[in-house]
Amino acid sequence: MNERSLLAVRYLALTALAILCVGPILVMILTSFKTQAQTFTTGLTFFFVPTLENYRDVIFDSSFGRYLVNSLIVGIVATLLTLLLGCMAAYGLARFSFAGRRAVAYATLMLRTVPLAVIAVPVFMIWSDWRLTNSLGGLILLYVAVNLPFTIWLLYGFVLQVPVELEEAAAIDGCRPWKVFLRIILPLIRPGLAAAAIFTFRIAWNEFILALVLTDRSTRTLPVAASLFVTDIGVEWGKLMALASLIALPPLVFTFLAARQVISGLTAGAVKG
Amino acid sequence: MTIDSRSNTRTAWFFVLPAVIIMFVACLYPVLSAVRLGFYDWSMGTPWAQAKWSGWDSFEIVFTDPAMWRSLWTTLEFAAISVSAEMFLGIALALALEGHIRGMAFFRTLFILPMMVAPIAVGLTWRYLFDAQFGLVNAVLAVFDIAAKGWLADETLAFAAIIVSDIWQWTPFVFIMVIAGLAGVDSTVLEAARIDGARWWTITRRVKLPMIAHVLAITLVMRLIDAFRVLEVIYVLTFGGPGDSTEVLSMHIYKTAFIGQKLGAASAISVLLLVVVMFLTWLALLMSNPLADGENGQ
Repeated sequence: MNERSLLAVRYLALTALAILCVGPILVMILTSFKTQAQTFTTGLTFFFVPTLENYRDVIFDSSFGRYLVNSLIVGIVATLLTLLLGCMAAYGLARFSFAGRRAVAYATLMLRTVPLAVIAVPVFMIWSDWRLTNSLGGLILLYVAVNLPFTIWLLYGFVLQVPVELEEAAAIDGCRPWKVFLRIILPLIRPGLAAAAIFTFRIAWNEFILALVLTDRSTRTLPVAASLFVTDIGVEWGKLMALASLIALPPLVFTFLAARQVISGLTAGAVKG
Repeated sequence: MTIDSRSNTRTAWFFVLPAVIIMFVACLYPVLSAVRLGFYDWSMGTPWAQAKWSGWDSFEIVFTDPAMWRSLWTTLEFAAISVSAEMFLGIALALALEGHIRGMAFFRTLFILPMMVAPIAVGLTWRYLFDAQFGLVNAVLAVFDIAAKGWLADETLAFAAIIVSDIWQWTPFVFIMVIAGLAGVDSTVLEAARIDGARWWTITRRVKLPMIAHVLAITLVMRLIDAFRVLEVIYVLTFGGPGDSTEVLSMHIYKTAFIGQKLGAASAISVLLLVVVMFLTWLALLMSNPLADGENGQ
């Protein structure tokens, strides 16, 4: 095979893979624009008159606004808090040697992979005890805690890449540590912060098992609302897919905007660079 | 090399402490509580003061319960089949498609989309795709003259369905990891092998794969950890059914706790799952420890 046809084969293969990856997502989006009757037709139809009926029904539902606001508050506040505490901790661990550093470092690493099913029961029990159930604050606290380990671990790598000489020069100029942190470290680890933000937001925005356990009618997030819909399944596919598409949208947009950061987050730790 | 070798403990803790407190209170404490709960007889909704110490009873009940063993076996089967398929496909595709090619960045962006979609959306979408009457999966099979199947109503097929959705979502992860690993392979080594007249397959097997063995091992363990923790997509796709054919450990814990109201038993199973996942995490750390002492010049 000559070079040109080899290249053509590679593009064909890549395109086929892309179709496999994006296909189900496309089906979800296409279905969300179909009428009730159209969702019950066999197979895939690309050509149909799209309807906004499902989105209208979903968005103008009396509780949609509340769930959306809850999701936004939880997603945004949890992400900001995780980033703030995470980059501080990453800096502390990367640049100081202190008693207890190893313990903190290892505990952080081990906590990263705790299965959420394991903490569902105790969290429900403890949060009830502290009167944190059915409050957005309780959910935010949990999401910050479960996202911190990965964030610290990711940002630690970024802090290490900042040349120590920069900080030493600033320190000699009389900068206090927190000023060094704000003026030198933070601007230089921005790509890491972007990656950490996307991964934290993804969990806080998408998660629904713990949210299902910890929220009620007024504090429910969008994925919880969607999961409660599941019982009516087989009846309203168009509406369900409209809701699913709306939930899927923000992380997909972030991925397109910052694909490089997402990939750096995925490969962090295993691959240098 | 740390910036302050006089070990400025107070400044260090100023930076580290807020995160440590949050992680301790809302993550480590619940994990320890899960372990402790396994030793108590307590039902949800009653005050904790009424909980009774029950020793190893819950563990005994759980470990003699065939449902738990079936769930453990389901989890092992799920992890073994889905992760090996993902590794095989991901590595094969990466080897075939690596290298500089215009538009690769765009393709990679498309490949990571399945990982970013909310599990609730993934679960719902695959439920629709696997629908017996109007699902796309049966429609595609019909093209090959294969009769329509009731995917989610049959025990074996439902298990296949959760594996297919996992492979769809996570093969791209392996692909991305291997591509990134291959990009770091020293090209002069490959060139030397090529000049020596080595064939593509020989270079791949003798040079490339050994050089990225480390990345492959970490990818494998990371996938295994996730496979053992899997819950959300299965919750939506099959809710563990039909019967208990897709009831992986996380699903079993959830059902035992929130449907069966057996908290002691749920916690005992949690301890088992925790031990497995922590062991795998420890393995991953042995291979690559990102927080290893920075002062050793990592």
